[in-house]
Parts: sequence; structure tokens; C-alpha cells
Amino acid sequence: MKPPSQPASVPTESPPPPAPALGWSRYPRIYGAMWRNSLVREMGFKANFLLWILVELLWFALQLSFFSVLYSHTDRIGDWTRWEVVLLVGASHFIQQMFQAFFLVNCAEISDLIHTGKLDFMLLLPVNTRFVLSLRKVDLGAFVNAASAAGVMAFALRELGRTPSAAQVGGFATLAAVGILIHYSLMFLLATISFWTVKAQGIVYGYYNLFNIARYPDAAYQGGFRRFFTFVIPMLLVSNVPVKVLAQRLTEPLDALWLLIAGVACAVVSEIGWRVSVRRYTSASS
Amino acid sequence: MRKYWHVLQIGIQNTLSYRVNFLFRSLFGLIPLTAVLSVWKTIYSQGGGAIAGYTLSQMISYYLVVTLVDMLTAVAEDDWQIAADIKDGRISQFLLKPIDYLGYRLTLFAAGRVMYAAMAVAPVCVFILLQREHFVFPSDAATWLAFGLSVAMTALLQFFVSYTLALLAFWLQEVSSFIFIVYAFEYLAGGHLFPLDILPSWSSRLLMMTPFPYQLYFPVNVFLGRATGAELATGLGIQAMWVLLAWGMARAMWRRGIRHYEAVGG
Repeated sequence: MKPPSQPASVPTESPPPPAPALGWSRYPRIYGAMWRNSLVREMGFKANFLLWILVELLWFALQLSFFSVLYSHTDRIGDWTRWEVVLLVGASHFIQQMFQAFFLVNCAEISDLIHTGKLDFMLLLPVNTRFVLSLRKVDLGAFVNAASAAGVMAFALRELGRTPSAAQVGGFATLAAVGILIHYSLMFLLATISFWTVKAQGIVYGYYNLFNIARYPDAAYQGGFRRFFTFVIPMLLVSNVPVKVLAQRLTEPLDALWLLIAGVACAVVSEIGWRVSVRRYTSASS
Repeated sequence: MRKYWHVLQIGIQNTLSYRVNFLFRSLFGLIPLTAVLSVWKTIYSQGGGAIAGYTLSQMISYYLVVTLVDMLTAVAEDDWQIAADIKDGRISQFLLKPIDYLGYRLTLFAAGRVMYAAMAVAPVCVFILLQREHFVFPSDAATWLAFGLSVAMTALLQFFVSYTLALLAFWLQEVSSFIFIVYAFEYLAGGHLFPLDILPSWSSRLLMMTPFPYQLYFPVNVFLGRATGAELATGLGIQAMWVLLAWGMARAMWRRGIRHYEAVGG
């Protein structure tokens, strides 16, 4: 890109100001600064930081206890055995926590930024607005909880007596990343509804209910519900498919392909929704 | 009493603007409910009649009545609003007005529940209608009466517990993590996740000694006719005792909190 031409009045002997990096190269540096800010913010309230980790751990334990009670009365749900379901609950918690680490707070705050007019400031920054909106805060506690989920997954794999190969772990990581991308794209899309109506503030948290579906084995669902949450809103793929790869029980390789397609589709729809919506922004009356 | 009537009207008018929100919340809430019901249907379809004394219809009815009671009694925004009133110093004005803050918040809570139920009743009833082959109504008027009484006490208990927790804001900067921790226990021990009597009997007996089952599980049991006769009477008595105890706690917290209170920025 051509640097902006200097105004004629600038004396030639003074050194030119350092040119701002214009390409993609500045993004890692900006993101690094966002991480530092988040770390400083979290460490300002250490007790609170630890308490929130405890809250998430409790809810994770609650989900595990639910299935442990179910399996005290049955030995399988569809074709899912006890430890396969523990692996699934662990994996979906892992995916949810990684999503939370990077995106959740940011998506939840978008509606406030719109209604208070603070979005003006973000739009004026010389970086991609969606980048700032999506990533400016990092929830560090969520990484701790993701680690606890990974611990539960490792334990479940040991109980199953299955040692996944490096390729399977890689496949799981890739598909889990696609799952996180899907959660992010859909929640960001929901958040952009705030451009259209003030009354939709709670809608972002409504998305939380969808995490609940992702946690259950797909074999538990039938009929229209199953088709809807597979092909329209791919919640039955985001955790189930990565787990099947890890547990060596992926009988339908098409599932993995469909998850990839769904990831791309959600990202595209989300970006279109964002572009259409942000055009409506007129700032808040102040 | 007239002034609380006005508070009720104001509360209803305020929550009117959240109609769409309420509708969406109740609709979204049906998604995890469908998921849990699907899981149970799958387990029952694998053979075997009753699980821990529940037939499939009784199990499904259990979750449907949980949704119903939850719609009527769950504390939604009240605890956050109370904590915010304290943190932002808005509570000062209530110390000057001839109105009791607990009574004021309780009236607003009632207004919020009435409006929420008005919006949620259609989706919830349609959902129950879709499951009607599995839904069992109480057969006699006495059960309905006991259920109504029990739901009213559940609402009071829910409110007093949330109110007491929110008053922690007099001492703490951030109360939401505490609220979520207590809510997690309530979610399990109140019977949100599963009926408590499918647990091993020693653990369900232990849980029944806490107030949590009386925040949800007990009225649901009354509706389903699983608590009758002497058990019903004792249950209602214990529930009334918890309500009084929680009310006493709420009052005591308020008295201590007010003594500790410094109006910030006020």
C-alpha cells in the first residue's frame, strides 16, 4: 500500500514519524496487548478470579453427576457407554471453555456497546472492528477450566482402555477448533441482533441453552429435533464428532466432513449478518 | 397496603417492556428440556419398565411440572438488581421513604413473575400439550389446593434466599459468584436435574434435610401425587418452617447490612 503523501508544509529536515504498520503484521502485537490488559484486569480481583473458576468447576461436576446418576440405572444410552459419555461431557466442556476463554465476554458485551454508543470508539480504531469486538478481552480462568475438562477426558480414555494416536488427537483438536468457530459465529450473529432492537439483550445468554444439547450423545435424539440441530444449527456435531474421532468410533466419516462444511457456512453467514447489521448503526442518542 | 399496590402496578409496567425477552427466554428454555426428555425416552425405550419407581410418563411429567413451577417461582433478575441498588448507592432513598425495602422487592418480584408467566404460559402449555400422552394431572381438588399452597411457599423461599444472598453486596464488591455457587447446589439438590428419589435412599434422605428440595422438588411431588396424607402435611409444615427461617435470615441480614452501609457516591 502507498504511504500517505506528506503535506508540503512539513520541513524536509525533520525525520518522518515512524510509519504505522499497515498490514496484517500489527495484529499479533495488538492481540498481545489485549492479553496483557486482560491479565492485569483479572489480577486486580484475584479472589473473584478464583471464585469464578470454582463456579465453573461446580457446574461441570453437576453435569458429570447427572450422567453418573443416569448410568446407575442403565448401562447405555443408545450405543454410548458410560465412559464414552464422560468423554463427551468432558469434550463439550472443553470446547465450551475454550470458546468462553476467547469470545464469550466479548460477544455478550456487544449489545451494551451498541446501546451506550461506545461502539463509535471501536469503529474509529484503525483496525478491523470485528477483530476488536470479538477478541478484546480474554477470560483466563476459562483456560484453567478447559484444563480440568482435558483431565476428565484423559481419565475417561484410560477407563475405556483406548489410547488415541497422534493423528486422532490432531483430528480431535482440529474438529474441536471448528466447533469453537461455530459457537463463536452463531453467538456473534445473535449479538448483532442488538443493532436492530434494544429488546434482544438477553438473547445472547439464550444461546447458553444450546451448549446443553451439545453435551448429550447424539443417539439420544430422534426425528425433526435431531435433523434441525444437525443440519440447521449443527449443535449435535460440535462435540459429538470430535469425540467420535478420539474414541475411535467414527463410523460415518461424512460426519466430520459435514462439521467442516457447517463451520465454513456458519462463519460466512455470521460475517454477512455482521456487515448488513453494522450498516444500520447510527450511534446512541447522547 | 395501597402503596404496595402501586409498586405492583409500576413493576408490571416496567416489565412490560421485556415481553419479547421473556418470550425468547421461555422458548430457549424448552430446548434443554427437550434434550433431557429425549435422553430419558431413549433410556426407557431400551427395555425395562420402571426406573427407580418412575414409569416413562411419570418421569416426563416430573420434568414438565418442574418447568411449570420454575416459571411461577424462579428468581430472575431480582438478585442482580438488589445487589446493584446497594453497590450504586440507590438504596439510600429507600431509607428515607416510608416503604420497607423487603416488601418493595417482594412486590416487584411478584409483578415480574406474573408478567413472565403471562408470556411463558403459551409456549409451555403448547409443549405440555405435545407431550400430553405422558402428562398426568392431579385427580382431586385437595391436591390442587396443596400444590397451590406449596408453590406459593416455594416462591417465598426462593425470593428470601436470593434476597439474603444479594444483601451480601453490603460487604462484598462482587456477589454473583456466590449466587452462582448456591444456585449450583440448588440445581442438584432442588431436583432440577433429576427427581431426588432416583438417588440412593441415603443421599436423597440427606438432601431432604436441606432447604433446597422445598425450593422446587416438593411442590412437584405434590402435583404428581407422590406426597400424600401425613407425608404431605409434614412436608408443608417443614416448607413453612424454611420460609419463616429464610424470612428471619433476610431481616437479620438487612439490619446488619444497613449498619455497615456507607452510601458510595451518594
